[in-house]
Amino acid sequence: MAYEIKSPIPGIFYRKPSPDSDPYVEVGSKVETSTVICLIEVMKTFHEVKAGAPGTIASIEADDEEMVDAGQVIATLETDDNGN
Amino acid sequence: MKKLLVANRGEIALRIIRAAEELGIPTVAVYSDADEQARHVSVATEAVHIGPAPAAQSYLNTDAILLAAKRSKADSLHPGYGFLSENADFARRCEAEGICFVGPSPSAISLMGDKAAARDTAAAAGIPIVPGTLNGIESPSDAEEAANQIGFPLLIKAAAGGGGRGIRIVNTMGELAGQVVAAQTEARASFGDDTVYLERFIAGARHVEVQVFGDGHQTVHLFERECSLQRRRQKLIEEALAPNLLPDVRSGLTAAAVTLSDAVDYEGAGTVEFLFDPATNEFFFIEMNTRIQVEHPVTEFICGLDLVREQLRQAQGLPLSFSQSDVQPRGASIEMRINAEDPANNFMPSPGTITDFELPLGPGVRISTPVKAGSQVSPFYDSLIAKIIVWDVDRMAALSRARRAMRELHIKGVKTTAGLISALLSTDEVKTGRYDTGFVERWLGAQEKGSDQ
Repeated sequence: MAYEIKSPIPGIFYRKPSPDSDPYVEVGSKVETSTVICLIEVMKTFHEVKAGAPGTIASIEADDEEMVDAGQVIATLETDDNGN
Repeated sequence: MKKLLVANRGEIALRIIRAAEELGIPTVAVYSDADEQARHVSVATEAVHIGPAPAAQSYLNTDAILLAAKRSKADSLHPGYGFLSENADFARRCEAEGICFVGPSPSAISLMGDKAAARDTAAAAGIPIVPGTLNGIESPSDAEEAANQIGFPLLIKAAAGGGGRGIRIVNTMGELAGQVVAAQTEARASFGDDTVYLERFIAGARHVEVQVFGDGHQTVHLFERECSLQRRRQKLIEEALAPNLLPDVRSGLTAAAVTLSDAVDYEGAGTVEFLFDPATNEFFFIEMNTRIQVEHPVTEFICGLDLVREQLRQAQGLPLSFSQSDVQPRGASIEMRINAEDPANNFMPSPGTITDFELPLGPGVRISTPVKAGSQVSPFYDSLIAKIIVWDVDRMAALSRARRAMRELHIKGVKTTAGLISALLSTDEVKTGRYDTGFVERWLGAQEKGSDQ
């Protein structure tokens, strides 16, 4: 089933840990609950956002370095069905 | 000085604009999209928009700032703290463009900005430095060899790091090699430079820093500030003078700061930071900050001087307005930093709209804030929303005044560190002045445990 990953805080959305790095995830990436999917920068501090559930990234809803609000959906996940 | 551009925002931009206005110097504020309504914009003589909200595209955008200076015909520029204040290349560009940079020479900025070079300079001047590798270490095996001399626990520090970033504690030889590689990787990613060095970790150390002012010929010190009340190396409360310091320790510290400043022909306001070991009364040089600092008002209060005015005077080629014998500290001063952060939620930044904002008034209270009721606290910049600084005749009176001021402070709309600051002011450790740089985190840990039970 589809699962929305939301930003817990307002800030700047970064898909990469540093400008020269690869993105944390792409559409189609397999993730675990604790997999980091992006960084949110707020007031000069960086906060990792974790997937929150195991599954496959279905979409990324924000652009790199875009301003996002608290509660805004930043990615969606097709969750693993096993265990249900 | 015909016109001064202030290349900063927030409370420090206001502080500089006010000092310039008092000297009759017109000011140019710069602002990003997020700061159109900001107070530094409305109080300056004129204001220039320099770009979008993210600092990299505005307050760190050297081309936009220099263009703003040219268009507004500013002949001088004050960088404040943070942003471009310790960027030697920027200071050089200002010079090349014929704009007077209010600060030390580019060579002093770059020398002191390189941690390893600064330590070399201090050691050469005979100032004690924390036992460690003077220069960068190349490999894990170099690190192991050096660690035999330094002992454990030790710190791995990134040469290009700062403000507590790029530091790791290592407790045993077994962890060392892995931690060195990890620190180098992190330093490369964070700072673009993978140079790391090792340093002895001093348990129970205090952070004491000396304010200096040089005019290129002589350096005057303005005594010290105690800055050990910090969390994750971010200062929360600072005071001057440092409590429980023996007179000969104080004179040793201040003399060392002057010696280092003289060694680099230092011009302008600077701060020489030391680790002080209260167990042995030894002090060690850590680094020098080549700018005005957030906590400069506590020094101004006890010395009866205006450091920003002095910076502006000096940039005009005027000699220092005071000599060492003129500087006689009086009373005690304490600064409390109010940040828009939520102490109950791991100090998560708390941007938003300030709905209520009631500030303390009364004798001996000074406030520096860029906000008022209705202001937006932007997610783009640091979380400092107000500094409350008090002065009184002695430390006990100043602490009492600080607690009184905090009781008068009411902020709603965003979460702040005000409650935490008030609680810290009432601890026995703060009352007696017996705290070290680890105190706040130990105290927070104990509070957390207490509330779990």
